[in-house]
Parts: sequence; structure tokens; C-alpha cells
Amino acid sequence: MAERTPRHPRRRLIAAAALATGVLTGVAACSPGPSGGSATSAKTSGPVATDPAKAGKVTLTVWDQNTDPGADAATEALNKAFMAKYPNVTIKRVSRSFADLKTTLKLALSSANPPDVVQANQGYPDMGAFVKAKLLQPVDRYAKAYGWDTAFPSQLLDLNRFTPDGKTWETGDLYGVSQTGEIIGVYYNKAKLKSLGLPLPTTLGGFESALAKAKASGLQPLSYGDADKSPGIHIFGVIQALAAGKPEVRKLVFDEGDAKWTDSGTLKAATTLRRWADKGYLGSGFNGKSKDQAVDSFGRGKSLFLLEGTWQSAVLAPKMKKNVGFTALSPAAGQPPLTQGGEGLAWSVTAKSKHPDVAGAYIDFLVNKNGMKAAATHGNLPAIPPADYKPTPGTVDADILTRWKAVSEKDGLLPYLDYTTPTFYDTLTAAVQELTAGHLTPKAFTSRLQSDYSSFQNSR
Amino acid sequence: MAATAHRPTARKRPAGAPTREPVRRRGRVIQWKGYLYALPALIVLTVFLLVPLGQLVQISLFHWDGISVSTWAGFDNYTEIARDPQLRAGFLHSFVLILFFSVIPIALALMLAAVTTRAGRLRGVSVFRAMIFLPQVVAMVVTATAWTAIYAPDGVLNTALRAIGLEAVARPWLGDFSTALPAVGLIGTWLEIGLCLVLFIAGIGQIPAELYEAAKLDGAGAVREFFAVTLPGLRGQITVALTLTVIAALRTFDLVYVATHGGPGNATSLPAYEVYNRAFGTGQVGSACAIAVTLTAVILLLTFLITKVQPQEDET
Repeated sequence: MAERTPRHPRRRLIAAAALATGVLTGVAACSPGPSGGSATSAKTSGPVATDPAKAGKVTLTVWDQNTDPGADAATEALNKAFMAKYPNVTIKRVSRSFADLKTTLKLALSSANPPDVVQANQGYPDMGAFVKAKLLQPVDRYAKAYGWDTAFPSQLLDLNRFTPDGKTWETGDLYGVSQTGEIIGVYYNKAKLKSLGLPLPTTLGGFESALAKAKASGLQPLSYGDADKSPGIHIFGVIQALAAGKPEVRKLVFDEGDAKWTDSGTLKAATTLRRWADKGYLGSGFNGKSKDQAVDSFGRGKSLFLLEGTWQSAVLAPKMKKNVGFTALSPAAGQPPLTQGGEGLAWSVTAKSKHPDVAGAYIDFLVNKNGMKAAATHGNLPAIPPADYKPTPGTVDADILTRWKAVSEKDGLLPYLDYTTPTFYDTLTAAVQELTAGHLTPKAFTSRLQSDYSSFQNSR
Repeated sequence: MAATAHRPTARKRPAGAPTREPVRRRGRVIQWKGYLYALPALIVLTVFLLVPLGQLVQISLFHWDGISVSTWAGFDNYTEIARDPQLRAGFLHSFVLILFFSVIPIALALMLAAVTTRAGRLRGVSVFRAMIFLPQVVAMVVTATAWTAIYAPDGVLNTALRAIGLEAVARPWLGDFSTALPAVGLIGTWLEIGLCLVLFIAGIGQIPAELYEAAKLDGAGAVREFFAVTLPGLRGQITVALTLTVIAALRTFDLVYVATHGGPGNATSLPAYEVYNRAFGTGQVGSACAIAVTLTAVILLLTFLITKVQPQEDET
């Protein structure tokens, strides 16, 4: 001890010196991120070579998020078919779950050797950030060459558009196309609805009175579990779409115009959701129940309704057979349905890809008629359903196809709310949990959202 | 404090006084050679620890989304920690966790250690020890998943409560604003108790048996014996346990990531979780680094304080 103690200060001094050197060299070096103006020399104009067979030996690295069984099988089959058609092309597939892709794609894209084709999530947090950092290249010339610009409805294409600075969504260059479609809607238990003598609700008001009737008869109205935090966005989004209407929600999420999250429509939606929680329509203990538990409990016939995305049909159909139906609600009787939804993640070409033309041809292979059909045969909802795609009548897949057409062809698609700002997912999911638990008043809830929104607007 | 600093110097001076110059010079040469041996390790340490640490501090001074051009922020990211109530709450939550990760496990483990050593030759004692230590071995993700199921609205805990007529107490433990943080904390208690127990049992084994005999001869009972012999003998181990568990509490990430995502609301958000979330989720890399630096500073400070509190066991 007596020997050790005097040495301590010196050892500490050396450690401190090393630390200080490290810190100083670090801070003295240039700022993190790419140095300004070093934009990649991506070729964004000129003729497109549409025949990958003539491209020589090519390895295409593709990152996707198709880990669900149906999506995985479709992608696997299409990749195999592509390589069989063009033996000179090898596809190296990297498949990650949505959450994993979201957290790792940024690093992969900004590396020296990024993948050629990636699935980029729409909205400001992902695609907007990638475009701003010049990591993706516009695909307008491929859209023209392969006819995507006429095949896709413009409201689907616009979701993948950004101005080159990444600051304005829905206009500007096209940064990808999507293969699948998805909407949030109402799954219902056909037998239970019949036994309660209820008609299929078509509006928010009708839905709420069905909830009340189910509750009064002792049946759990909705299966809801928000421990994962994401279902909160969906339930609030659906209510907000119907209560606030199309223009208000679009203005808020696309950040156009003077709409505020504290406006009456959003406030009404928050009040409605709070009322549902207070009246017990959401069940008890929902903030401690997982999304899977909620889907499972609906699947086992424990409740009348489930508000979820079309992607859950693959889970529910085998369990409930023809006893499950799917619908989407309208703001008022006689109007077309309106709900949250959109398309699967966009297939995009990275800025540094060495074979952009092969990448373009590959994406076309995924989204052309054949690709859409392959997606459909593996149980996915294709973004543009091929004419000869006809699910068995009476199944939930048939319902979903009908609703998707009704919503997407009548301009009823509203963007997911987490697209709004990079931090909006966090803010909104936490706030919904507090609202439904009675910790936030509807008014405080909306001003929480507005403060996130305005700080994003100020920082842009 | 003054006494401890003074004593060694006082001791050294008479030993080194007569032959001061030669000893010093020789000593220095030997020391530098010693550092040469440490050089490879030092290089590894620099490349993999100090340089990233420097980068961490550097990035914390910028506004950066992780991919596009960054802008100078100065100390903005740090002032945000002080100003943002959610971030402040995160740090407060981790101090609450110290109670569950450190204080309770150490108290319980001390009790258990004292009981098991007094129990003499207990059959299969090593099996019990292994069982109590087991949580330390299991991956945190598995632990968190298992406990999520236990705490679920229809989980084992609530089923048991209902079975014994405590229906009113049953609740979604991780989904209730008032119970979520303590529920996460109790998982920590369950985790850390094994580590503390193993440390303390080993420590008790090192306490000279004569001390216990002497205590017995003096007519000390179990309680007197514990406070007079066992507790003073375990001071070193308690410090180690305190250091390890406090650090575990402060850097808790995976538990919250799997079990609650920081929810409900932000009731269980913790600095380490925020670091991950901001760096990889919301594209606020500069802010994430500032939190990481602050968290590191807090951990270093607390560890330093714990070692200061530690009695000079070498004196005996």
C-alpha cells in the first residue's frame, strides 16, 4: 500500500494525458459526417440500359425488410427467378426485420461500400434524411423507361418523392417504388357481430355505438395492447383520420400549410380515444399487454373488433377461417373510406451503386405485373393488384383487396403519423400511453405533439 | 481524507531519505521499462477505448443526424440534458434503480450470507448458491422476456394474486405508470442478489475463524456476531458489490429495451436507453453522445465516491 500510493498520481497523470490527447485530436479533426459538397457523382440522367444480360458479371447487394413469412417467400422466389433469367447477375440478399433495418441502414448507406438496392421507409425520418445526405439516387428515368409513372396511382408515387434537399416531401424527384400496399382497418368477428344483432359499422359514429353495445352485453369491444408502443399510433391515427379529415392530416404530416396539432380535429380525436379508454372499450391493462397478445386474443374470439394493419391477415386467417372480416371506416355515411396506410417500403437505388441500371431492372422485376402477382400468391397485398388476382370470396383477403381498392383508388390513403418528424414516433407513442392511462388531458396531449412539430419546423 | 493522504508519505520519507538520489534514478528506469511491457495493451486501449471516447466527446459538441453534414452545437446538447424534463427524468429513474440494483440486493445478500454460514454444513449448499447465482449467467434479453411474461396482465404474478384473493392488487405491472419502474427495479434485485451473495460468502470464508470463536466466548449472539465480526470483515466485498451493482443500475439498457421501451409514457426511460434511441432511432447522434458522456461522468464520479468511502482494509 505504502509503495502503491505514491505511484497513483503519476499513473493518473499519464491516463489523463492520453485521454486529453485523444479528446483533442478528436475535436481538432473535422466535424462528424461527410464534409460539405462531396456529393457523389451519381449518374441521374442519360439513357437507361434495360437489359441486365448485357451488363457483364454483376453482383447486386440488396437489403430488404421482408422477414414475414409471406413477404420472405415472395422475395426469395423473385430473386431466384431474376438470377435464372440473368445468369450473369448474382443477388446478395440481406434481410432484416423492420426495426433492425431502421437502425442499421443509415450506417450501411453512409459506408464506403453501400448496398445497391435498399428498402427505404417513407417520410422525413428515413427517406428524407437519406435524400438530404445524398445517399439515394432519383429513379425518374427508370420510372419512365419501365412505365412505373403510368402504372402507379400518383398518390402512391408521391409518397416516394422528395425535393433534392430532402426538405419537402411529396414533390420533386422519385426515390423508389413499392411492391406492396397496406392499410389500417377494422377486423371484425362475423359471428359475434351477428349475435349482437349489429350491422357492420361504416362510420366512426357507428363504430363507437357498436363498441358501446358490445361492452353493454359483456363482450370485450376491442382487443388492444400497447406495451410495444406502436399500436397507439395506429388507433389514434385511424380516429384522427375520421375526426380531422383528409386535408388537416395531410397538412400536418407532409408539413404543408398552417395546420396545427392542437387544431379541433386532432383534439376531437384525442378526446374520443380518451373516452374509449375511460369507458373500458380498450379493455384493462392495455399498456402492459403486447400487440401480439391483443391480436391473439381477437383471434381466439375474445373480442368483437381489432384495429390493425392488413399485414395481420396472415396471422388471423388461419385461426379464424371465414369468421374474420375486414373493413375501413368513412368520415360520414356515403363517403369513401379514409384511413392510415400506404405502401410497403420503397425499393430504392443507392447513390454509390456501381450498377444502377441493373438495380433499376431488378426493381422493375419486383414491381411489374409478374412481381406483383408473385407477391399476391404468397399472401401479400400487391400495391397494384393484377387483374387476374382474385382471392376466394368470403375470406379476409378478399375483404382486404376490396377495401384497398376503395381506399387507394379514391384518394383515401393518409400517411402514417410517425412520418411527421424524426422524433415524432417517440413523442406520439409515449403521449398516447399517457393519454389512454389518464395521465394527459386531450388538450395537453395535442400541445405535446405540437411542440415536437414546431421544434422540427424551426430546425429545418 | 487528510489522514489517509498523509500517512503513506510520512511512512515513505524515513525509508527513502538517506539514499534519495540513487533510489529515485534506479526506480525511474525500472518504471519506464515496466511501461514498455504495458505498451501493447496501451495501444489497444488507445485505439479501441480512448480514441472512440474522444470521438464521443467530439460528436457531442455537434448537431448531427448520423449521415448528413453536421453543424457545430457547442454545449447545446449538454444544456438540453439539463433543460429537457424527459432526459432529467431518465437520470432520476436510474438513481431509483440504484436502490433496487444495489441497496436491496446487498442488504438481502448480507442477511442470506450470514444465515447460510451459520447454518453450518447445509446439504447441497452449492446447489442453492448456483441457483441464486444463475440469473447472472442468463442473457439479459432472456431474463427480460421471462419477467415480461410474469408481469403481464394475465401473467403468473397476477394469476397468483387473484388465486389468493388479492384481485385488487393485480395490475399490468409494466404498463402501470406507478409500478413500472419498481417492477423493472425488482428484476434488477433478482439479478444482482446472486452476485452479492457469492461475493459475501467468499468473503466470510476469509474471516479468521478465531474471530468467531472469540465472539462466541464473549457470549455474542447471532446478531452481535454479525455486526461485530461478519460486517466489518466484509467491508472490502461490500465495496466491490456496491461498485458493480451501481454501475449495473446506471447502465441498464437491455432490460428496458426488451421489457418496456421506456414506457408507459416515459416512466421507465433511462439514459442508456436514450443514448441508443437517439443515436439509432431518431437521428440525434450529437445529443446521444452528450448523454453518453454525461452518463460516463456520473458513473466515474459515483465509482470514485464509493472507493473514497471504502475503509483502508490494508491497515489491518
